[in-house]
Amino acid sequence: MEYSPPPFFKRGPAPLVRLAFFASLSFALLVLDARFRFAEGLRSVLALAVYPLQAVATAPALLAERISVYFGSQSQLNEENAALRARLLEVSRSAQREEAARAEATQLRRLVGAADRLPVESTTAEILYNGRDPYSKKVVIDRGAQHGLKLGSPVVDEAGVLGQVTRVHAMVAEVTLVTDKDQVIPVQVLRNGLRAVAYGGGASGMLELRFLAANAEIQNGDRLVTSGIDGTYPPGLPVASVSKVERDAAYAFARITCQPAAGVDAGRFVLVLSQEAKLPAYPENAAARAEKRPGKRKPRRKDGTGDPDAAR
Amino acid sequence: MQLGDMPAEQRILLPVRGSTILGSLAVALLLNFLPWRNVAVVPDFVALVLAFWCVRQPRLVGLGAAWCLGLATDVGNGVLLGQHALAYSLLAFAAITLSRRILWFSLWGQTLHVAAILLFAQAVGLLVRLATGADFPGWSIVIGPLLGAALWPVVSALLLMPQRRPAETDPTRPL
Repeated sequence: MEYSPPPFFKRGPAPLVRLAFFASLSFALLVLDARFRFAEGLRSVLALAVYPLQAVATAPALLAERISVYFGSQSQLNEENAALRARLLEVSRSAQREEAARAEATQLRRLVGAADRLPVESTTAEILYNGRDPYSKKVVIDRGAQHGLKLGSPVVDEAGVLGQVTRVHAMVAEVTLVTDKDQVIPVQVLRNGLRAVAYGGGASGMLELRFLAANAEIQNGDRLVTSGIDGTYPPGLPVASVSKVERDAAYAFARITCQPAAGVDAGRFVLVLSQEAKLPAYPENAAARAEKRPGKRKPRRKDGTGDPDAAR
Repeated sequence: MQLGDMPAEQRILLPVRGSTILGSLAVALLLNFLPWRNVAVVPDFVALVLAFWCVRQPRLVGLGAAWCLGLATDVGNGVLLGQHALAYSLLAFAAITLSRRILWFSLWGQTLHVAAILLFAQAVGLLVRLATGADFPGWSIVIGPLLGAALWPVVSALLLMPQRRPAETDPTRPL
């Protein structure tokens, strides 16, 4: 004869079994998301569900900010006005110079038969909050797919390149800062045109130039601008300035640390640039080689900034 | 012995209401989503409230709820899907396993247990991130769980409040 427990003792599967179930579910999601990025559909659905909570949570801070701005004292506003006027003068002078230079460049370009570069369109956005992940450097901005943001668009502030849009939700978008460990940006030294690739320094909040020979011609204070080779960032945007160069005979490469130009930890308003005109297609043999060798790892970003080969 | 003479933690509690649990978890999620300046040192309120309910009501709040909350946190924080889901599932398991033991201790002893549980959950998240190629963000990440554990007495007082009966019972009063 078989005895079964009376129904009020039934408590479902044992805790350990449940743990195994949920842990393996989590592992499956982790692998799907980290390795293959298959979980984006699920993520966007869940993001819509979580959005109201996030909106409620960020509302008080935004409101407080608006109120404090509203009650900003008269003298402070006057001061700010004067400073802005001075800055406007400066900027308009350089803008005039740039206009002349641009006209000249267009003319020269036409002369050599190069394609006209399309003017870059931009969207102003406000930084809502820092990413809530201590392991990466991200910010969330208040513009999303509904405002026409595209994955991979560069984001700049008034001083230089801030980062790149790496995830677009309906109402908000996530920007990975140039200092993030996984963020890579092709740059050029303004002084001599030396091309390099700048990697995010992670927790240090700096950028690193890797794979530059120990005798590369680079020195403290050199300014780095985007080279525009990857087709993602428009050329000529300030990225960083070199703050430390260590040349050690024991290593083939120099250790170069740079200070980002943009206020990666400060500032509120940013500009999201729409991407530049498409580059011509990959050369035949390179494309064939890439096909023959199906990559075990998919590039993190389709536009090639995650892939230093594309930038070199 | 009169009901009012007994120390607060020995009094018999009213049965918990589902709305209390749901409301507290929603408020915890909201607190986590506040735009904190330095996320590394902010306690994980969801983990704390989840641990509380797993200890107090292991039959009502369990691994399923923990996993769903973890997924919501993952999406809200924009991190790898499954990182917090895994951490919260393990946290809930640890809390349920320890639930019979923890409540025998004084508040101070409970706090120590909770500190261990929260640190364990943080360590799981750290391991997941290190395995997927992130840098170690520095020792400041242990501050959050420790602060969370320090909040345990406050959280237990707050969340048990709806279940307490009045100390002075009046037989002529209907409730």
